[in-house]
Amino acid sequence: MGRKILLDKINVPGIKSYEVYRREGGYASVEKALKMTPEAIIEEVKASGLRGRGGAGFPVGMKWSFIDKKSGKPRHLVCNADESEPGTFKDRYLMEYIPHLLIEGMITSSIALEANLSYIYIRGEYMWVYKILERAIQEAYAAGWLGKNIQGSGFDLDLYVHCGAGAYICGEETALIESLEGKRGNPRLKPPFPAISGLWANPTVVNNVESIAAVPWIINNSGADYAAIGIGRSTGTKLISASGNIKKPGVYEIELGISVEEFINSDEYCGGMETDRPLKALVPGGSSVPILPAHLIYKTANGDDRLMTYESLSDGGFATGSMLGSGGFIVYDDRACIVRNTWNFARFYHHESCGQCTPCREGTGWLEKVLWRIENGEGREEDIELLWSIQSKIEGNTICPLGDAASWPVAAAIRHFREEFEYHVRFPEKIKNRDHFTHEPFHKVRHLVAPQTV
Amino acid sequence: MEKHHYTQEINITDALMARINELVSHYPADKKKSALLPVLHEVQDAHDNWLSIELQNKVAEILELKPIEVYEVVTFYTMFNQRPVGKYMLEFCQTSPCCQRGVEDLMDYTCQKLNVGIAQPTTDGLFEVRGVECLGACGYAPMLQLGDYYHEHLTKEKIDQLIDDCKAGNITFYDK
Repeated sequence: MGRKILLDKINVPGIKSYEVYRREGGYASVEKALKMTPEAIIEEVKASGLRGRGGAGFPVGMKWSFIDKKSGKPRHLVCNADESEPGTFKDRYLMEYIPHLLIEGMITSSIALEANLSYIYIRGEYMWVYKILERAIQEAYAAGWLGKNIQGSGFDLDLYVHCGAGAYICGEETALIESLEGKRGNPRLKPPFPAISGLWANPTVVNNVESIAAVPWIINNSGADYAAIGIGRSTGTKLISASGNIKKPGVYEIELGISVEEFINSDEYCGGMETDRPLKALVPGGSSVPILPAHLIYKTANGDDRLMTYESLSDGGFATGSMLGSGGFIVYDDRACIVRNTWNFARFYHHESCGQCTPCREGTGWLEKVLWRIENGEGREEDIELLWSIQSKIEGNTICPLGDAASWPVAAAIRHFREEFEYHVRFPEKIKNRDHFTHEPFHKVRHLVAPQTV
Repeated sequence: MEKHHYTQEINITDALMARINELVSHYPADKKKSALLPVLHEVQDAHDNWLSIELQNKVAEILELKPIEVYEVVTFYTMFNQRPVGKYMLEFCQTSPCCQRGVEDLMDYTCQKLNVGIAQPTTDGLFEVRGVECLGACGYAPMLQLGDYYHEHLTKEKIDQLIDDCKAGNITFYDK
């Protein structure tokens, strides 16, 4: 059994309630942090090597150290619970089943940042989780962990939950701040970064739920203990949201460094494929990361074992690798149509583009429409080049990374599954039904488009 | 598309006003605007799940904003409805992991059963089927959202049951 840090207590009956959580040692990190200097807390988090769990993987301690404490402006910690990356549902699991862990993390982290007013920004669809958090926060106030003069320390902290209203873009930290200010979720130009000018132009740190939930363990134990788990710069444990055609979809906590093969096939995790149909593709880190074809899932291009780490999953760059991202692990068997799946993601990004930057606003629409016509048997041979050209013109040309996120899945699908696109274009009559690969998987018809060898 | 002007009865009860004031108190006194999204959710829930222009103006008045500041937010976020919607809105997640688990067939099934198209309320105003983007329940696919709650691991039988429960008024959909 792998070591559990975040989900260690998840099965304790009643852990949702304050009494049980406290009895199980909850809020100890706050007691400890109140006796430490803020700098010492930040150093401990730096030493842990904890990287942002929302997708970007930026070191959390480093991000904290950028916050402007000199200007004397009020500081804020904002928890990003806008979880909306397709394939990702881990934060919801944490907040729903062990809400006090996040609240404890918010308090301990706010002490480090010397923030006296902090927020949890949760997506509007998680309304019942919003209510769970609101009730948990009330319990924490009643027990003296929030409010004025926490546990007699002289430190004040107010914590509130704020709900969004259905916009993927609000997971981008500056769009999230805009939304928290009561505006449309349009990302801001950077610099200035939120650490200097964030919420209401005050220094602000935005961290993912899972990152903040890891802080109590790091403070209770030590940064070095956390860094001892994992491999290289991938330290600690990570929640993986597993979905798609596997036996046991769900949220799993893994020690970074186990192999992808073990994660998919062991009974402790995904339990193997859903049926006896073969593995076709994998999206390892949420919809925006490049999709991997079967031969690059268990082994890297060099023939090394592919591991569940930031480095191993991105081994080979975009040519033969992908990214750990947010840990949205989507497994596809041979019934999946890559063209349809790519269209599905393109529709998502088109729908979620905020419309601020032309390459993204227009480009995502083009991607969706061109993919739709290929998927519906009206594609043209040159459409594949057209898709490539559009995605290359979005990437890197937008204010926020949504443009990149929309481009990468299209680029990777063409890179690894080009023959499937060609098949769609050349045999429109064969792809009329959306389940066209259920009865005749692509590997049985590949020869129709495969280059002829002499 | 023809542009309708829908009207609705506005009723800001004392309980709703108290909740609005509570939400406003979560932000610094000079940052009332920040409460806009949570307040819109509360107001919408209390008004048959949609926001007419008149109601948006009312929210602007309560939060001391210009009406445009409310309109631009309502039109940006997908959870705010600008026309009357079915009382029981079945919002199916239609993003990739749910499609892998057959949500498209279930959406077809539900539409046929209710004899409606997507985003088209039934004539009695009781139901509406929508396809929405990822709801963060990929591991429990296929799924739909109804009010504040998720209904997961869906099958045709579960949808039949859900629709029967709705018709019988035997379902909780707001967590208040």
